[in-house]
Amino acid sequence: MSTHDLIVPAAAAAARPWRERLGTMVPILVLAPSIAASFIYVFVFTLWTLYISLSNSSLLPTYGFVGLDNYASLWANRRWNIAYTNLFLFSGFYIVGSMAVGLLLAIAIDQRVRGEAAWRTIFLYPLAVSFIVTGTVWSWLYNPVDGIQAFVRGLGWTDFSFALTANRNTAIYAVIITGIWQSSGFAMALFLAGLRSVDPDLVKAAQIDGASVFRTYRRVILPTIAPIFLAVAVIQIQFAIKTFDLVAALTRGGPGVSTTFPAIYVYDLMFQRGQIGEGAAAAMMMLAAVAAVLVPYSLWIVWRRRAEGRNG
Amino acid sequence: MAEIAPNARFDPEEAAATRRHFWSRFLVYAVLTLFAVVYLVPLLVVIFNSLREQSEIARNGLISVPRSFRFDAWAQAWGSYCVSGTCEGMKRNFFNSLAMTIPATIISTILGAMNGYILSKWRFRGSELIFNLMLLGVFMPGQISLMPWAFLLGKLGLTNSTYGLVLIHVVQGISFTTLFCRNFYVSIPDDLIKAARIDGAGFWRIFRKIILPLSPPILIVTVIWQFTGIWNEYLFGVVFTSGQQQPITAALVALTAGGTTARAYDVMSAAVLIGALPPLLIYLFGGKYFVRGLTQGAIK
Repeated sequence: MSTHDLIVPAAAAAARPWRERLGTMVPILVLAPSIAASFIYVFVFTLWTLYISLSNSSLLPTYGFVGLDNYASLWANRRWNIAYTNLFLFSGFYIVGSMAVGLLLAIAIDQRVRGEAAWRTIFLYPLAVSFIVTGTVWSWLYNPVDGIQAFVRGLGWTDFSFALTANRNTAIYAVIITGIWQSSGFAMALFLAGLRSVDPDLVKAAQIDGASVFRTYRRVILPTIAPIFLAVAVIQIQFAIKTFDLVAALTRGGPGVSTTFPAIYVYDLMFQRGQIGEGAAAAMMMLAAVAAVLVPYSLWIVWRRRAEGRNG
Repeated sequence: MAEIAPNARFDPEEAAATRRHFWSRFLVYAVLTLFAVVYLVPLLVVIFNSLREQSEIARNGLISVPRSFRFDAWAQAWGSYCVSGTCEGMKRNFFNSLAMTIPATIISTILGAMNGYILSKWRFRGSELIFNLMLLGVFMPGQISLMPWAFLLGKLGLTNSTYGLVLIHVVQGISFTTLFCRNFYVSIPDDLIKAARIDGAGFWRIFRKIILPLSPPILIVTVIWQFTGIWNEYLFGVVFTSGQQQPITAALVALTAGGTTARAYDVMSAAVLIGALPPLLIYLFGGKYFVRGLTQGAIK
């Protein structure tokens, strides 16, 4: 019956003395605290927040049921609309940008370059530092008076203009550029691992057929690592939905409310404005967004594994 | 030094191929160098500015070759710079971060190793379900748990304390550490465990004698992943602590928020570096494991 080959049949277990039976309980007892913690964290917390989002909580959680009122007022709010528009804009540019840069760097490094370890170290170090550090430093670089603009003007190009964070319409691009800077190394690492796993015979065959390097990549190598593109994209979207630290340190949601993100807005509603119910509704929308990406993706993974299993 | 080819006749086709080869190599290195500059400049700017005099930064801007050199800014950022009334620099927040990160990393790694061991080698009915449940924790946005945590920490008397943050990071971290360890232990052959059981070894003995000696690679990956992740975390730090209890990420934001008055870039640069140093050092010395964690955490 059981697929677990390490488990002794139940009949034999019943006949054994209590010490041994206690012995078989040890794994479950050791696991129990983690199960409890995960269960509370995943289910109880989510249902709890769901409930708050359906209540009339303001400064403190209260439990008067108001149905979907919080969601209605959230979606009617101009700032929330800015927040999720930003999320779409950011996700699109950020994912395409960091994958493009990451792929370019991975292919370059894959050309048997000298000092590969050094190049990789340089491109990956931003991942080790926090978004707070990255955001803070880039906010200085974007500062028109002290940063890049001042530097280029100092070189003699006196009407050079680079003041993304000072303008409502362009501040979001500052967030995008910084996001790409921080995480294209991540895409590079995954792509490089993928490139290294491609069957060398396949590449050799293409070269013998006279395919150019460019053609070999486009027709042979990149298609075989297609699943990695999807994996990188899914991870980046997930990250984009949760973006909080980067914006908090870089633009603090401004100028005005122009770089508000869902995560920033949740924080504001809950802890600055005391609108806990609506904040919880916004948090639930974030969860829904993560689920909208991850559920289809995991279904696809399961389907693909099954298909592979069938084909041998 | 140069070796002369045995057959050194001029071959136009070969010369063209060599030329093409040269330009393609040149292009590869040009791309790498360009991006390396983009990646390194921000780091160099911060390092330089932490060593320059504030007056020089004000005169020449942030991006400029240092013409002065001193460590005053580091001393101030560490011990005496004033943030919202208290003049203790970042040292207290640095130690808060350590006091939060070290226990949370150790506890979550131990739990992850035990969970991974059980979920791969002591499976029982429903253990796959439990593993999937734990996995869900990896994807939860932190914002979902803010209100429940606020309530729980209040009940436990852990608001505005490092212990509260340790608790949060342990619970949150279990999903990652379990995932890492379980996926690693799955590749240890079951026959090894079976043989040990036939010899009469029990749960703990097998863990100590077989699993643990094989574990260093995955434990290093897990510890590095947890340490950098928890050290760099901001949301819970800023929500659940304030002032002197804040971890360094939250303190950095408070420090650099300093209004429109002349900004002390020298001290702020040093503070930023103090906050970035522990994970950077870990990355430099354990880079291989850091990358392994990254790719494993991502693909599996």
